[in-house]
Amino acid sequence: MSTLSVHDHGVAHHEEGHEHHHDTFLTKYVFSQDHKMIAKQFLITGITMAVIAMLLSILFRIQLAYPDKAFPLLETLLGRFAPEGRLDPEFYLSLVTIHGTIMVFFVLTAGLSGTFSNLLIPLQVGARDMASPFINMLSYWFFLTACIIMLSSFFIQKGPAGAGWTIYPPLSALPTAMKGSGLGMTLWLISMVCFVASSLMGGINYVTTVLNMRTKGMDLWKMPLTIWAFFLTAILGVLSFPVLVAGVVLLIFDRSFGTSFYLSDIVVNGQIMPFEGGSPILFQHLFWFLGHPEVYIVIMPAMGISSEVMSVNSRKPIFGYHAMVYSLIGITVLSFIVWGHHMFITGMNPFLGGVFMITTLIIAVPSAVKTFNWLATLWRGNIRFTPAMLFAIGMVSFFISGGLTGIFLGNAALDINLHDTYFVVAHFHLVMGSAAIFGMLAGVYHWFPKMFGRMMDEKLGYLHFWLTFIGAYLVFFPMHFMGLDGVPRRYYAFTEFASMQRWLSVNMFITWAAIMSACAQVAFLYNFIHSIFWGKKATQNPWQANTLEWTTPVERLHGNWPGELPTVYRWPYDYSKPGAEEDFISQITPLSQTMSSNLPHDFEDNPAGLEALNTWTNTQKANEEVK
Amino acid sequence: MAFKQIINGGALLNTFENKPPVKNYKKVLAFLAVFMLLGTNLLMAQTTATADAAKPGVDWLGVGYYVLLFFLLVVSVAVIGKILKVYELSQQIQGKKGIHWNNVMGIICLVFLVAGMVGAYWEFTVQGSMSLPEAASKHGVKIDDMFLTTTIITMIVFVITQILLFVFLFRYRHSDKRRAYFLPHNNTIEKVWTIIPAIVLTVLVIFGFFTWQEVENSAPAKNDINIDVTGHQFAWEIRYAGPDGVLGKKDFRLTAGANKLGIDYKDKNSMDDLQADTLVLPVNKTIRLNIFAQDVIHSVYMPHFRVQQNAVPGLPTFFKFTPTITTEEMRRKVEDPKFEYLLYCNKICGSTHYNMQKVVRVVTEGEYNQWIAKQKPYLTPALRTELKLASADQNKSITNNRLALNN
Repeated sequence: MSTLSVHDHGVAHHEEGHEHHHDTFLTKYVFSQDHKMIAKQFLITGITMAVIAMLLSILFRIQLAYPDKAFPLLETLLGRFAPEGRLDPEFYLSLVTIHGTIMVFFVLTAGLSGTFSNLLIPLQVGARDMASPFINMLSYWFFLTACIIMLSSFFIQKGPAGAGWTIYPPLSALPTAMKGSGLGMTLWLISMVCFVASSLMGGINYVTTVLNMRTKGMDLWKMPLTIWAFFLTAILGVLSFPVLVAGVVLLIFDRSFGTSFYLSDIVVNGQIMPFEGGSPILFQHLFWFLGHPEVYIVIMPAMGISSEVMSVNSRKPIFGYHAMVYSLIGITVLSFIVWGHHMFITGMNPFLGGVFMITTLIIAVPSAVKTFNWLATLWRGNIRFTPAMLFAIGMVSFFISGGLTGIFLGNAALDINLHDTYFVVAHFHLVMGSAAIFGMLAGVYHWFPKMFGRMMDEKLGYLHFWLTFIGAYLVFFPMHFMGLDGVPRRYYAFTEFASMQRWLSVNMFITWAAIMSACAQVAFLYNFIHSIFWGKKATQNPWQANTLEWTTPVERLHGNWPGELPTVYRWPYDYSKPGAEEDFISQITPLSQTMSSNLPHDFEDNPAGLEALNTWTNTQKANEEVK
Repeated sequence: MAFKQIINGGALLNTFENKPPVKNYKKVLAFLAVFMLLGTNLLMAQTTATADAAKPGVDWLGVGYYVLLFFLLVVSVAVIGKILKVYELSQQIQGKKGIHWNNVMGIICLVFLVAGMVGAYWEFTVQGSMSLPEAASKHGVKIDDMFLTTTIITMIVFVITQILLFVFLFRYRHSDKRRAYFLPHNNTIEKVWTIIPAIVLTVLVIFGFFTWQEVENSAPAKNDINIDVTGHQFAWEIRYAGPDGVLGKKDFRLTAGANKLGIDYKDKNSMDDLQADTLVLPVNKTIRLNIFAQDVIHSVYMPHFRVQQNAVPGLPTFFKFTPTITTEEMRRKVEDPKFEYLLYCNKICGSTHYNMQKVVRVVTEGEYNQWIAKQKPYLTPALRTELKLASADQNKSITNNRLALNN
């Protein structure tokens, strides 16, 4: 490893020349190959998509709260999608579909990994840029293309795809089955292929950079947990996204070229279709083989970011660093063999269901370890409530609340009655929706100074946090109980069932809580945009953190470090070390400079160092005695 | 500590009243109140006005009212922000330390914990009591036991971890006088909290695995009552076996006109199959629901019986269960004379997915026999003529017809 690192140094010197060559607006802001600019592009695109998806959710929440009321304004805004001020039932399903797709893929995969893997991997492992800056740029442009294609489906005659974000065929394969399965679905599939291309290019880059471009001294066990999380996320993505493409391509064949991979024995509206021999379950297997790792692709970066932010702001090392890494690895491996828990009641062999139940509940163990370790990190800390810290804490709270309901749903016997009800909606919105978004926001608040050289306003951050945190609980907590009453998800209205009408008041409550949370995002957006231009100037290391990104200048050079790349001497979590002058010791501070705070543990693989430490302690002791 | 902070807070309010910006703040509040009053009046007036009109136009005044309300909210947040800034600056000038935000946040965390726990308790008692009544099937009772066990275990963990989280936040909030405790790891405690969840989950897995195996154990038995449920956009078709107790074969290619399920009448068992509007089930008999879909995936969801199984085109599925409580009994139990068991679709299937239901009625065996005797066969006279079947009893004529068709 060390030889590689030394080699990197050589390359680094060579690259310094780049700083002086002139960037045009186009190469600096648009077709940038600088990982920090690409990260910002991902972030701003991600935030834009998140706002759009959030507005879509408000639209369908209004429908659920006031199913009998007409809102003429909606007709003005949406035209034929809301005739006479009431959402069209198929457009409602399209809203749900596109909300889910955007949030899962465009915000929480690309917006989260794309932003923070790009920003932090080179900065925290000590590299000048990504392994392949050009592919990195392509990754962003494919992502943007995917976003535009996805949104363009709102402007076509029949509207966007409407079969749910899981696009199960035959519903998604038969244009006669619903409007959303026409051109809208085709656009969805094209967009998704572009998205996966983007995701793969990003993922390969992340893995390569982490493996090959770490600076001198940065061995794997000195990497911050963020990098571990991004690294494992990228591996997950690289291995699972191609399977989704396979599934999607077969679906394109079924839709457009008359094959029968997923279709058989179908009669739509009295018309006998020629498909024979396919199986809709096959698609579900292919989809969830990505789909389940996908939820960990979404949550693991949030976990990594939260770990880092919580450690910095508790002024304490993350508790059980090794356990944290091993549990991430455990989650990564296990997440490939649990996909069947989405399919307990689809007609899959019940024995297989039993097996998937076992693997699913096993994955709760590493998740539990992570939670306890976070709690132990807070214990006896010296907690600074920066907005980033609050969001990281919110992430932990949501992860607990949502994770526990996963134990119900992972149990095949209980899933029989809970499958596809609001219990599921509550579960995944807490554990992967809210938790991952909070992880992302924690990252935005924490690394904003690194991205833009300015600070975000703390007070507005507090306001944003509490309104969003409380709002999210108010929205999703009551949904559990609707699910326990057998209220299904993806219902346009609950007016047709006498037994569900009593939930109307709860639905109104949820809608207003959602509107409140949506309004709270204005505080964030204002804070974000305002601070980019007029925020308080940041110092080099505003949070007194140890990791390498805070050793770079505030000005953000292309190449990151003006001189040589830093050398790493210690792990990133030496906070509040007894005997140290300050409550943090940067990774680039050699152990020889901190003799008073060194512990025998710091020299585990270094007998010479241990020897030096012993001599030093002995002389100290001798001096004490002399005194 | 907290107490001191509250006193500080009180002092803070007092200082506010002596400062000019407070008047602004009050003015804004007053404005807000006036606008809310006025706005409500306007909105009310508007709704009555629109009620008269045949086709309501956009209620721009109402929209404007909400926009204005939001704008005022934003302005008041901005004003409060400015006040805070002015206050902190003035404190700075006096050489004091301003608001201790870490303390404020610590206290809010504690308040949130208490309010959250009260809220969660309220939801459990009020909304929890709105959940489904007791299971009306044999296996459902086992699922409910499983559910109860899981709920108890998870709620214990939920309460403990959330309390620890927020209490730690309050207890260990920042202080300049203190340093955090350097604790990178502790292998013993890490092993403990890996092994304990592992054991608890093993128990749940074993319990769940056997419950699941029992529920799904659906080897066909002789006395099962076979009923076909077929989903299509957007309704359910129900087919009972006739006196012979066997359901005839189906083939989707035969779907045409009156033969909407594609029943194969070459199969003799098909001849006496019955159609029904309601899914009527005899109590305490094993029911085997054979589940089909014609167009897209649907899901047979009967939550009161803890029954759910997807209906997949091209992949016949089934679910075996035994209802134990009749509709009459259940009506008494839930004190609702109109209560009905329902079967509804629980897999997104198109525009009218939200209204794809069928009434399920559980009756005594005597009532069931009476009811089934009255049901009409699928082979209606119209279908007979369509299929050119002179009479179902005369096999000969069928063969003739087939011959004719072959010619």
